[in-house]
Amino acid sequence: MINNSINELHHGLLKKDFSSVELAEYFLSRIKKLNPSINAFITVDEEKSLGQAKLADEKISKGDLNPLTGIPIAQKDIFCAKGWKTTCGSLMLDNFISPYDAYVIEAFNKAGSVNLGKTNMDEFAMGSSNETSYYGPVKNPWNLDYVPGGSSGGSAAAVASRMAPIATGTDTGGSIRQPASLCGLTGLKPTYGLVSRFGMIAFASSLDQAGPMALTAEDCAHMLNVMAGYDERDSTCINRPKEDYLANLDHSIQGLKIGIPKEFFDEGLDANVQKLVEEALNEYKKLGAELVDISLPNTSLAIPVYYVIAPAEASSNLSRYDGVRYGYRAKEYKDLMDMYFKTREQGFGEEVKRRILIGTYVLSAGYYDAYYLKAQKIRKLISNDFKEAFTKCDVIMGPAAPSVAFKSGDKKEDPLAMYLQDIYTISTNLAGLPGMSLPVGQTQGLPVGLQIIGNYFKESQMLNMAHAYQQKTQWHKMMPEGV
Amino acid sequence: MDWDIVIGIETHVQLKTQSKQFSAASIAYGAEPNSQACLVSLAYPGVLPVLNKEAVKCAIRFGLATDAAIAIRSVFARKNYFYPDLPKGYQISQYELPIVNHGKLTIKVGDEDKVVRILRAHLEEDAGKSVHGVSQGKSGIDLNRAGTPLLEIVTEPDMSSADEAVAYAKKLHELVQWIGICDGNMQEGSFRCDVNVSVKKKGTDKLGTRREIKNLNSFKFIKQAIDYEVNWQIETLEDGGTIEQSTILFNPDTGETRAMRTKEEANDYRYFPDPDLLPLDVNDDMINEIKSTMTELPAEVSQNLQKNLGLSEYDANEITADRAVTDFFMQVVEKGASAKITANWILGNLYSRLNESNVEIQNCPISIDALANLIKRIDDSTISNNAAKKVFDRMWQDNQLTVDAIIDDLGLKQISDSGEIESLVQQVVDSNASMVEEFKSGKDKAFNALVGQVMKLSKGKANPSQVSDILRKKIS
Repeated sequence: MINNSINELHHGLLKKDFSSVELAEYFLSRIKKLNPSINAFITVDEEKSLGQAKLADEKISKGDLNPLTGIPIAQKDIFCAKGWKTTCGSLMLDNFISPYDAYVIEAFNKAGSVNLGKTNMDEFAMGSSNETSYYGPVKNPWNLDYVPGGSSGGSAAAVASRMAPIATGTDTGGSIRQPASLCGLTGLKPTYGLVSRFGMIAFASSLDQAGPMALTAEDCAHMLNVMAGYDERDSTCINRPKEDYLANLDHSIQGLKIGIPKEFFDEGLDANVQKLVEEALNEYKKLGAELVDISLPNTSLAIPVYYVIAPAEASSNLSRYDGVRYGYRAKEYKDLMDMYFKTREQGFGEEVKRRILIGTYVLSAGYYDAYYLKAQKIRKLISNDFKEAFTKCDVIMGPAAPSVAFKSGDKKEDPLAMYLQDIYTISTNLAGLPGMSLPVGQTQGLPVGLQIIGNYFKESQMLNMAHAYQQKTQWHKMMPEGV
Repeated sequence: MDWDIVIGIETHVQLKTQSKQFSAASIAYGAEPNSQACLVSLAYPGVLPVLNKEAVKCAIRFGLATDAAIAIRSVFARKNYFYPDLPKGYQISQYELPIVNHGKLTIKVGDEDKVVRILRAHLEEDAGKSVHGVSQGKSGIDLNRAGTPLLEIVTEPDMSSADEAVAYAKKLHELVQWIGICDGNMQEGSFRCDVNVSVKKKGTDKLGTRREIKNLNSFKFIKQAIDYEVNWQIETLEDGGTIEQSTILFNPDTGETRAMRTKEEANDYRYFPDPDLLPLDVNDDMINEIKSTMTELPAEVSQNLQKNLGLSEYDANEITADRAVTDFFMQVVEKGASAKITANWILGNLYSRLNESNVEIQNCPISIDALANLIKRIDDSTISNNAAKKVFDRMWQDNQLTVDAIIDDLGLKQISDSGEIESLVQQVVDSNASMVEEFKSGKDKAFNALVGQVMKLSKGKANPSQVSDILRKKIS
């Protein structure tokens, strides 16, 4: 079961090779064994998981099923799940039991999937190494001295160590693609508005998007079939016909044009990573695709723009954590103001507070035009770069992250170095475009990811491209030692 | 020294929708604390706002009723500040791009019409309520009101006295109820005014520094607060002091205003467009659809009542101050009752009786038909106006009886037979020779006394104008 795809697990369930309960028990036992060293899960609740598995078995025996019925899944702890502790990686929500399900949770429940637990993450999704979590850092299964990336590092480590076959993630500036890259997974951030944000705890509302993390493009397609869909509870969710993301997986990619942005291959890129990305591009050439040089001239502005817009939105989104209605409240305080100060001082970690401060600053009277407004204008320029680029190519490819995983603690004290981790992923969030990462090799025993950026709602085409590569290569099947 | 008073008003109008501005929770008043606080009202992690389309329609109705421009695109922003009854830590409110711009409302100042310009009207959500004194050393938070849809209507500083300000507030209060967007209940906070007041030396152009009196929820308080504040500002300036821009509160118990916070202490609200909500786009089809559901406005109806039914301007304006009264009036008139007498009766006897009994006109115990019949009997001289009051009293108590039955029962039928009146007049002339003499010698008062004698003799049933005619002929 350990390396089975969703299709294989589905057939196993159908043929009664194993039941959903057995499948859940198997992965729960792996969590019990591996999680103490990897720390990928914040909350595991065997009773709840097995309850869902029993229901799935009933469905299966009645023939009322779809490909995800009975399949175990790890859910990032950013998604509110009814009856589950939902912390977002923060002390602020350490005592928060969600009274409701997020759209994404609801969708997987409806499909009959089995929630294995809630995965660790950078606090409020702010981080690229999973070291900002209140629940301690997550370790990279490929080498426990290294970070798994972030913020969906718990989900990435859970799948890479086979504690779960699939997991959900969210991506505000690279939080699905960078950990997928660092842990050797396939992960996809959909077009902004494809997956409802309802019940997904907000970091930066105009950038946040939920997506699948799995071993293969095919599994991501299965997951996206469940996750994508219109939900009127999210006003930014786009109402469009549902697609079958499996339908085009086996299409030929002959003649498709791959844009190679020169700005993604600059001095910031690790040479070994560059080499493996270029080898992957060669593989695509062999598959019949055509490489074209393109330029995304405003790429260097993506990080500064992001670190105005995302903190601005976050500073406001996180105002609700005030100790009044739910969540953490300081034990002792003199008056209301003191309660606010102490609650937020104690309840939030360093990185979250740093970003609240930046966000509050850039929105302040007298600074708004110079920072926030200007950032919004540049955001438009970045979108226009992509629009222009997509007149010359079907998809864009490049590295997902500038390096392989780095050692725990290496960048913790240097926020700017940490922010550069997302240099190749952030611009797609700013433009609202879909992006994905798939494993294309290893260096020093650590995985390297190739990023595919598609045009709006071209997830199907991106999955087709990734799947074509995975039919010819084995990188997605590699498994860390010791798990 | 003479001073000009400059007043602008911001009114928070609670919209008459079923649910909140951005969630499905009910907005009914007076529910158990927090029983109408859904997850969105409580600002739980992960919840998102969804705009209430009914509130948008209300805003458009208001824009159309004040001849304003409806913005084809308006934007919701976040106004950020911390307060326990503000669950998200920000209020969603339209800031730079409101849905309604540049409207106007005409008020009456003495005999003159005056146009008050409306700068803008924007949609926003209300905060919750802090409840103090429930338990020792603690405050309670009731979030039932959090998220209630409001339309904030902002005027230009066009009013120049407390009376004008009150006239505007009353007119606006009438209008928002007339077009069905607000229940107008001021005690429950459905209509609250913030009044900006400043003074400047007469004849100068430069506006003085303003102070904003917050949250006035009665016309009386608006008047009292402005009067007090204007005096205070003038005294302060004449004593050589300066006015500091500030937000102030009016205390109805003392009739005084006091500063709450100055400009320096004001929050930096860090407004920015709410990324959870798309810009609000309104198209012509939507506007036209709303237009098609709108009936005439009070001013137009008042004009028609004057032109077509011959009402005085005063009566027409009084009737059209309230849509329910207008509807009631029109229905009585449609039954064939005289418009003028109907207006007099509604604004006189009926109003005072409704007020005394604290009954809304919609629940008037006297039916439209019955009132119409009563007025017809006055009009055709079957009964006098005074006799009609007695009939009215009986009808109020017993709405089963017909008008004619009551008239018969009380024996109030008016004597309009000229022969009968003539004989009554003759009796009075005969037995009051001295009074007749007085009249003849030029004392007009004596004439009225003689009429009174005839009326008394007829037990009030003689038609007074006939009595007057016949008497005059007889003794002139």
